[in-house]
Amino acid sequence: MLYFIEQCLNGVQLGMLLFLLAAGLTLVFGIMDLVNLAHGSLYMLGAYFAATVAALTGSFVIALVVAVAASLLSGMVLEVIAIRRLYGRDHLDHVLGTFGLILFFNELVRLIWGGGGLSLSLPPEMLTAVEIVPGVYYPLYRLVIILASLAVAGLLYVVVMRTRLGMLIRAGASNREMVGALGVNIKLLYTLVFGLGAALAGFAGVMQAPILTVEIGMGENILILAFVVIIIGGIGSIRGAFLASIIVGLIDTVGRAFLPDLLNHVLSANAAVTMGPALSSMSMYILMAAVLVLRPEGLFPAASR
Amino acid sequence: MTTSVDPALTPSLDVAPKRRLTPRAAFTVALLLVLAFLPLYATLTGDAFVLTLFTRVIILAIGAVSLNLIMGYGGMVSFGHAAYLGIGGYAVGILAKEGIASGFIQWPVAIAASALYALAVGALSLRTRGVYFIMITLAFAQMAYYVTIGLDRYGGDDGLPIRQRSQFGGLIDLTNKTAFYYLCFVLLLVCIYLIWRIVNSRFGLVVQGARVNDRRMRAIGFPTPRYKLVCFVIAGAMCGLAGALLANHTNFISPAMMHWTRSGDLIVMVVLGGLGSLFGPLIGTATFILLQEALSRVTQYPDLFLGPLLLLVALYVHGGIQGLLEGRRE
Repeated sequence: MLYFIEQCLNGVQLGMLLFLLAAGLTLVFGIMDLVNLAHGSLYMLGAYFAATVAALTGSFVIALVVAVAASLLSGMVLEVIAIRRLYGRDHLDHVLGTFGLILFFNELVRLIWGGGGLSLSLPPEMLTAVEIVPGVYYPLYRLVIILASLAVAGLLYVVVMRTRLGMLIRAGASNREMVGALGVNIKLLYTLVFGLGAALAGFAGVMQAPILTVEIGMGENILILAFVVIIIGGIGSIRGAFLASIIVGLIDTVGRAFLPDLLNHVLSANAAVTMGPALSSMSMYILMAAVLVLRPEGLFPAASR
Repeated sequence: MTTSVDPALTPSLDVAPKRRLTPRAAFTVALLLVLAFLPLYATLTGDAFVLTLFTRVIILAIGAVSLNLIMGYGGMVSFGHAAYLGIGGYAVGILAKEGIASGFIQWPVAIAASALYALAVGALSLRTRGVYFIMITLAFAQMAYYVTIGLDRYGGDDGLPIRQRSQFGGLIDLTNKTAFYYLCFVLLLVCIYLIWRIVNSRFGLVVQGARVNDRRMRAIGFPTPRYKLVCFVIAGAMCGLAGALLANHTNFISPAMMHWTRSGDLIVMVVLGGLGSLFGPLIGTATFILLQEALSRVTQYPDLFLGPLLLLVALYVHGGIQGLLEGRRE
């Protein structure tokens, strides 16, 4: 039971991380109708920025702030230079163009930081575990990730639902042409939205960096998971992305932890050990395929559509 | 739909069939001639590497032409096409490991397994369209990827070396590089011929019609989902053959064969060469692989140039290299 709680928390933590990526992806997808495969590259860049700044200053907080700001800036520059030219084009052009950007960013990172990968170490006070329920200790840093991501999710909700910028974002999602016709600087709005998505991705990269190594291609597999999340949640729906992130995070983590045991009852021990992780990795894709076939608009579609 | 339809007509509708040698046709013929005489050059210069490199080009070109059949002619953007390369490869690898080395068994199994998988994936994915189709094909390819990672007996994550290439009872020796090269080349030509026949048949016209306007095709009485599904299965089977060849070429199979970036590579090859053109995917595959190879000789960071190039192609080149040869620009 204690193990179960721990695994659930791990699942929520992964889900929160996925949400940070998926939120930006679903905004860009919903508003600009852009399939952005290079979103994972911004996640990677965020992690590299943070690792570099942390090595220079020795402060995790400074690294976090600088990395998020740098990701925001990189995203906006990228949008102005390249991405904005892809709007209104065929999805196939998006796939080709942003696939090219992945190659470019991976190589750029290799040029600047080398191929070896970096690590980002946490301040020592983060390395402790806290007792969440009597008898259950959980790493403090993972709790921090959950809480920080929740705070960011809350902030995002306030920005999107309660501010003028958010109103424009929502308006842009439901009818682009009309917003432009009403005199809103739609180009600037798109740049801001893309930058916001990049900053969220960068933030996710920084938060995840101390747990995993910072390496080239780190954004590629998690990007696909983020796509799975926005398809399950419904394209363009931040609420959907939030709920689907937690579902996917829980399925992946809890499945990985318990499927081998469950399979043990059905299969031989050896087969269960190898089948378990494979099956739990597949489970979210099975869920996504099921959602696409049965409820193509997603489980929690955006209300405006 | 009154006159017969040239395949070149389908992507743009502004190319009238011409009798004289266009730059595009000349380029295609030149490329085919180079490919046909390449082993001669390799033997004369003793450059075995160039033959290995071009064998790879040709095998991946089979994958690319099969993807072009559904993506270029059928409008089905599959982002999971590398799965068939993997399934074809694993069919050969698994049978070889279990002691069945005969190519007469291995290759039909590779093709049938890929076709079966394509049938399942197509039946579910073709209910969706647009970006959802892109994502669901990707999802199925990821599933196949994770299944192979779980195959501990067959190497799991690390992959599986193939100790013996497919045996054809003395008919052809696949360890002979030249023989293997020509076999791949002939199979590529057969695939291109088949696709030419398909896109010019009534069946192919229905599929292309469904790409242009699916609703209208259904309104005039064609059950387009069925047509598309058959087309999807044919493409999968063809790519499964490419997978079987690839496994024989590298003597090795691993889940990395079907990583989603490999599917991305295939899309790049098709679009780079020219979507919906008969020889475009071959040109695109050759360009992509040779460019990678050339760039990696002059710089340590080839993708620094290749990446932006792809972006530029996506932005400014319509119809890929084939389109450029036509002199159409946008």
